[in-house]
Amino acid sequence: MTKSKQLITIKGTRDGLTLNIDDSCSFGTVLNELERVLSTEYMDEDAPMITVTIHLGNRYLHKEQEQELRDLIRSKHKLVVQAIESNVLLKEDALTWKNESELKVITKMVRSGQVVEIVGDVLLIGDINPGGKLVATGNIFVLGSLRGIAHAGTHGNRQAVIAASYMQPTQLRIADHISRSPDYESTGVYMECGFIDEKEEKIVIDRLQILTQKRPDLNGFERRILNG
Amino acid sequence: MGEAIVITSGKGGVGKTTTTANLGTALALNDKKVCLMDTDIGLRNLDVVMGLENRIIYDIIDVAQERCKLKQALIRDKRFDYLYLLPAAQTSDKTDLTPEAMVKMISELKQEFDYILIDCPAGIEQGYQNAVAGADKAIVVTTPEKSSVRDADRIIGLLEKEDIEPAKLVINRIRNHMMKNGDMLDIDEIVQILSIELLGIIADDDEVIKASNHGEPVAFQPNTKASIAYRNISRRILGESVPLQSFEDEKGMFSKVKKFFGMRS
Repeated sequence: MTKSKQLITIKGTRDGLTLNIDDSCSFGTVLNELERVLSTEYMDEDAPMITVTIHLGNRYLHKEQEQELRDLIRSKHKLVVQAIESNVLLKEDALTWKNESELKVITKMVRSGQVVEIVGDVLLIGDINPGGKLVATGNIFVLGSLRGIAHAGTHGNRQAVIAASYMQPTQLRIADHISRSPDYESTGVYMECGFIDEKEEKIVIDRLQILTQKRPDLNGFERRILNG
Repeated sequence: MGEAIVITSGKGGVGKTTTTANLGTALALNDKKVCLMDTDIGLRNLDVVMGLENRIIYDIIDVAQERCKLKQALIRDKRFDYLYLLPAAQTSDKTDLTPEAMVKMISELKQEFDYILIDCPAGIEQGYQNAVAGADKAIVVTTPEKSSVRDADRIIGLLEKEDIEPAKLVINRIRNHMMKNGDMLDIDEIVQILSIELLGIIADDDEVIKASNHGEPVAFQPNTKASIAYRNISRRILGESVPLQSFEDEKGMFSKVKKFFGMRS
C-alpha cells in the first residue's frame, strides 16, 4: 500500500474488535481492503467468536451493502458483526424518528365512531367519548375526560402509559394488553394513569404521581422532545 | 333569505318527527314562514303528526325527479297560512333522492320561507346524507338514555364534518323523578359528554302522544309542559334568551323550585 493513510483501522477492546472504516473512499475499495486486512490476520482455531463493531464515519450504506459487509466479515474465521454504526441518517429515517418521538398536540372531541391514530406521543386536549378511540404508537395524555378506548404503544411498546384528567375508560390498551371497565356501574377517577405492571403482567391504574417511580424515562423522553 | 335547520338524532324513536312538527308549529305561532320537509322516504309520518295525510298529492320525490313543481307539492297547514309541509314519498326508495336535488329544493324554498325544518330519517346512511345536504344549522335530539346519547355523539361527530354551524342539543322525554333517583342520565351529564350548546329540554308528557294521534302538534296547547318547552325552544331559535324550564311544578312547592334553581345557578 502506497497510501500514507490507512483506510481501515482495527482496535481491540474487551468487547471485541472495532473497525474504523475511512469514509472518503469508494465502497468497492473498502471491500477489497477489508478482504486484504482480515486475511492477513492470524486466527487461532480454538478461540471464541469475536464480535465486531463497525464505525462507518460519515458514510451511508444501503441495506444490500450492509449485508455484503456482514457476509464478508462473517466469511472470515471467528468474526461476527455485532453493530454497524454510521453518523449519517437518511432524511426519511430521520423524519420517522422525529415523528415517533414527537409529542403531537390535538384539540378535538373524539366522538363515538371516530378513530384518531397517531405516530408517537399524543396530548389530546378534549374528551374521548364512549365509542371513540385514540390510538398512538407512544404515550397518550388526555387533558379532558377519557370515556372511550385509548390504545398506547401500538407497535409493542409496553413501557407506554395512558394518563387522563378524568379516567372512566371503556377499555385501556397498552401494546398487547387489554383491560376493560368493571361490569358494575362505576364513577371515574381524576388525574390517574394506566401502565403495565411488570409483576402482575397487566394494566393497572394509579395516581399520576406514581409515574415518577414507575416510568422515570418519561422525564428524559419529554426533555428530548422539548430540546428537539 | 331563510335558513334550513336539519333535525336529526341517529337513533330512531327519540322524537325527531315530533320535534320537527312542534318546532314548526311554534315558529309559525311566532308569525314566521315555515316549511317542514320530511326526508324519511318510505317511512313518512310527519304528515300524520301534522294531520295532513289526506291532502298529499305530490311528494318530495316527485319534485326531485321533476314530475311536478315545488309549489304543487307543498301542502298548506290547516291552522296557519304560512306553515307548509313537503311530504316524503311512501312508495319510493331512499336512493331516489340525491343530496344535489335536496340542495336545489332547499335553495328554492329559502327564497320563500324564513325557516325550513328538515326531518331526518334515523341512521347515518343515504337518508341522513340527503337530509344534511342543504342544511345551514342542525338540531340533535336525544333522550336521557345511554344508547341515544351514544348515537347523538356519533351524529354530532358526523355533523362536524359537514359545512354547517355547530349542532345544538334538544333533550327529549325527560322524566324528572327518574332523573332525580339517578335512574336516568342527568341533563348536566349529557351536556358534558356531548359538549354542544343545549337548546332545550322537553319533559316526557302524555299529551305529546295524545296530540300527535289527533294530528295536532302539542305546541298548540296553551299550557302543557311539552308545549311550553317547544315554544321556549322556538324562541331560542329566534334569538331570545329563555331560561330552562323547571320540572318541579307538580307539587308546586316553592322551596323546591328555589332549591332547583339554586343548584343550577
